[in-house]
Amino acid sequence: MTQPRISQSRAALLAIAVLVAAAILAPFIAPYAADALDLANRRGAPSMAHPFGTDELGRDLLTRVLFGARVSLAIGLISALVSVLIGLCVGAIAGAAGGWIDELLMRATDAMLCIPRLPLLMMLAATVQPSVPMLVLLVGLVSWMETARAVRADVQSIRQRDYIAAARAVGASAPRIVARHVIPGVLPVVAVASTLAVGRGILLESALSFFGVGVQPPTPSWGNMLYQAQTTMTSEPWLAVFPGLMIFLTVLACNAIGDSVGRTRSR
Amino acid sequence: MMRLVGRRLVQAVPLLLVVSLLLFTVLHLVPGGPLSAYLENPNVRPEDIARLRVSMGLDRPLPVQYLSWLAAFVQGDWGYSYADGRPVMDRLVERVPASLELIGAAVVAALLAAVPAGVYAAVKPRVDRITGIAAVAGISLPVFWFALLLQLGFAGLLGWLPSSGRSGFGDRGLADRLSHLVLPATVLAAALASAWSRYLRRAMRETMGAPFIGAARARGVSERGLLWHHALFNALPVFTTVVLLDVSMLASGAVVTESIFAWPGVGSLFVDSLARRDYAVLMAFLMCGSVAVVTLTLVADALVLWLDPRTREAA
Repeated sequence: MTQPRISQSRAALLAIAVLVAAAILAPFIAPYAADALDLANRRGAPSMAHPFGTDELGRDLLTRVLFGARVSLAIGLISALVSVLIGLCVGAIAGAAGGWIDELLMRATDAMLCIPRLPLLMMLAATVQPSVPMLVLLVGLVSWMETARAVRADVQSIRQRDYIAAARAVGASAPRIVARHVIPGVLPVVAVASTLAVGRGILLESALSFFGVGVQPPTPSWGNMLYQAQTTMTSEPWLAVFPGLMIFLTVLACNAIGDSVGRTRSR
Repeated sequence: MMRLVGRRLVQAVPLLLVVSLLLFTVLHLVPGGPLSAYLENPNVRPEDIARLRVSMGLDRPLPVQYLSWLAAFVQGDWGYSYADGRPVMDRLVERVPASLELIGAAVVAALLAAVPAGVYAAVKPRVDRITGIAAVAGISLPVFWFALLLQLGFAGLLGWLPSSGRSGFGDRGLADRLSHLVLPATVLAAALASAWSRYLRRAMRETMGAPFIGAARARGVSERGLLWHHALFNALPVFTTVVLLDVSMLASGAVVTESIFAWPGVGSLFVDSLARRDYAVLMAFLMCGSVAVVTLTLVADALVLWLDPRTREAA
């Protein structure tokens, strides 16, 4: 059973690497310029010239999907970083400090977990009308709780270990113990949380953009491409199929990696 | 046991207070706050905004505003909707049956898929492989995209099912009613079944390794009996908790599905109110969603205590 798991995560890692490379290299590998219009070929079905078809302005969909990848992947990756950083801090402080600080932070975490995530994010986004960096921050702010809980549990168990007692005995300061002995110990949990957070970040961004409160056109993101495609679903289905497929594949790859990292650890 | 449940109930109150404080803070700290819908309207003059601010009590200190809002909320005074001026509670309550119908259908469908998948995956590696892949795919599937694809396929191309809406009571019969339910319920059920089958598989695997299963096997209980009776019943408490927690999330998480299929539930009310920045409705929705989560968590805790005597002794 080990063999397929490793190849599964390899395939997923490769897929993510290709996607990120394609996103970075978008200006070079895209078949057309980002905003090139082919007015003779509007609403064109997928063809040799336009493998993914064209939209209502005659823009090449493959090009837009590639440029959209930059926005969607960046939001997924950076929001995951934000959420994991917040989660790591909250979890580590709660787990290490204990007492009322722990109680306070964990009750706040519980409360955040009770509030329906997507609707809260939608309300925030509708009110703030965020720029892309702001959006990243908002997505990170509503998705740190799982990481915080996992990190806290890990920190609490690490605190009981002998090497912590040893470090304390030789006079290491509390911040040093946390930085040198505790944080490295929670990295596996953080790794799983991060990969899952990337997938969730991409899903949240695309859901927001799908409802028109996320990334605003003309900046392409996979979510807002779907939003625009919604009304012409029956006549030009390709406009919705390809951006959605990209979201699906990316999230699938992230979850597959998180899944196999998690299982390797628990084995 | 009642004492344990009572203790949880007491803990739920401060939790909900923190939730309400968080939501209130969020709404009032964002630029414009509850008035932002008016701020952008060029027909509303600055002096009107100032007058609204005073009449809505927004000029008072924030703690005072919070307390008066909380007091009103607890008493069932959730304010009035900007959209049609009706009480927010009436608007939410009239949408609840449709949401419950959809969630109920989705949960039944998801259980019908997840229970056999999870049970067999625990003992049959081939089933495990297939359902494992299906589950990761199901969890990764963007709900709105899946919904659009189903609409395109079954309503657009094949024309077998209505693409959206919910038929009214009784007038066109059960078949019409069910046909409207199929697509949105499938979308919700796919994600639920994916997660549930994996949880059940893990719980079943742990149980199947327990000594009492070996003992039952030695007494000559059939493999079938072991799996479906001894193991499943032991895995049930954990599984029930997961199911109830996910359902509590659905109470508000069906926002996307309801809105795409124009299902007249609370989720689509939320999306409509979002476009209008109808904050009274949005806040009530988020508060009710949180209350649903807290309540169902409590119910799950109580159920587990009731189903599994070991937890009573441990607590």
